[in-house]
Amino acid sequence: MKNNPPAQPENVIAITALTRRFGAKPAVDNVSLTVPRGRVFGLVGENGAGKTTLIKHLLGLLKAERGAVRVFGLDPVADPVGVLGRIGYLSENRDLPGWMRVDELLHYSQAFYPQWDAAYAEQLRGQFGLVAAARIKHLSRGELARAGLLVALAYRPELLLLDEPSSGLDPVVRRDILEAIIRTVADEGRTVFFSSHLLEEVERVADDVAMMVEGKIVLAGPLEEIKASHHQLTLRFDTPPPRPPTLAGALSVAGSGREWTVLCNGARPELATAAERLGARIVAERHPSLDEIFVARAGAKASVS
Amino acid sequence: MQLHITPNDGVPIYLQIVSQVKHLVAAGRLAAGEELPAIRALAEQLVVNPNTIARAYLELEKAGLVVKRHGSGTYVSDEGSPLARRERIKILAQRGDALLAEARHLGIELDDVIKLLKQRHENLPSPEDHEK
Repeated sequence: MKNNPPAQPENVIAITALTRRFGAKPAVDNVSLTVPRGRVFGLVGENGAGKTTLIKHLLGLLKAERGAVRVFGLDPVADPVGVLGRIGYLSENRDLPGWMRVDELLHYSQAFYPQWDAAYAEQLRGQFGLVAAARIKHLSRGELARAGLLVALAYRPELLLLDEPSSGLDPVVRRDILEAIIRTVADEGRTVFFSSHLLEEVERVADDVAMMVEGKIVLAGPLEEIKASHHQLTLRFDTPPPRPPTLAGALSVAGSGREWTVLCNGARPELATAAERLGARIVAERHPSLDEIFVARAGAKASVS
Repeated sequence: MQLHITPNDGVPIYLQIVSQVKHLVAAGRLAAGEELPAIRALAEQLVVNPNTIARAYLELEKAGLVVKRHGSGTYVSDEGSPLARRERIKILAQRGDALLAEARHLGIELDDVIKLLKQRHENLPSPEDHEK
């Protein structure tokens, strides 16, 4: 197959206008997103925002009700073999067979993937401190996550897909997971898609970010652009305004009396002009963290709906 | 090379790396000709995306602080020193701006700030005292 590679699509993942309802409530609501090859894509959102439902569509476990899902240019429902054999997947629930021993798990997984790298698997096992003879059901939460990660990595998949990989884990295991993401993308051409509610981790490793709130993507783009286009400005008024100031592009406003802090989205010069028009001076400003942007976005979304 | 990254700071990570490397060069903790860690190694050490490190190195290269040698690595450039002085002054200028802004907020005149700085300078132990 390597001698005659098929034309590789630029985007490893392409989702177009995907909608999925459970009952009357849409779990995924008209979502479109693309993940270019060789990038780390972080999907952030609260529990129940629809992240796992979205990921299940990528794995072909759910059929698109409306819209289209393509992974490596293929439909994961129509061509599960063509898609799943190229994805390393770590689920939130780490559904591994409890009755197996660690070495049996490796042997068993090897059978599924022709390009399984036994030497690499063994190296990871040692590095992760997993005892070959240990039963899966006796592993700690952290060991279970490492075993799942090992299986996802050992055949060097083109796409590493991680659903809330850090959830409930201690910092040491979380670091293993982040390092795995870094190594995966450092090997040229490989791509990572992961969901998380730990925004500090997303800020560390993601190239691109999408924020999901109640099934909708409320913000998506390169992380640096998102951070550069959001400002937290503290406005000072000569006389206290009668009600919280409204600045174009404001996502959240907090304060009292003469000083108000506004988190907003927009170009810096325009924001300064807008503040001036309100009769305010900008006395402090900084770029907010992704966490602050997310909270403001989620809040803004909740207040309009 | 010891860097400290704060991901949830508003400052983009690549800029944190750029300014810390500039600091290290200015402080003489990275000498001219010294090699910077490989992108992948630094990415793993700091637990940040390798693309972010590459971006930071590119910015440092554009600023003339480092040079890439074909097929080998990234090195602190030989012209590091005059630039280092400029950087040192730039760092101090930023601190100065913050001090002046604070003084203005507190209603303290520039002359008094200068007087205060001179006073503090005299009270400051000299470097020789420090080494004892």
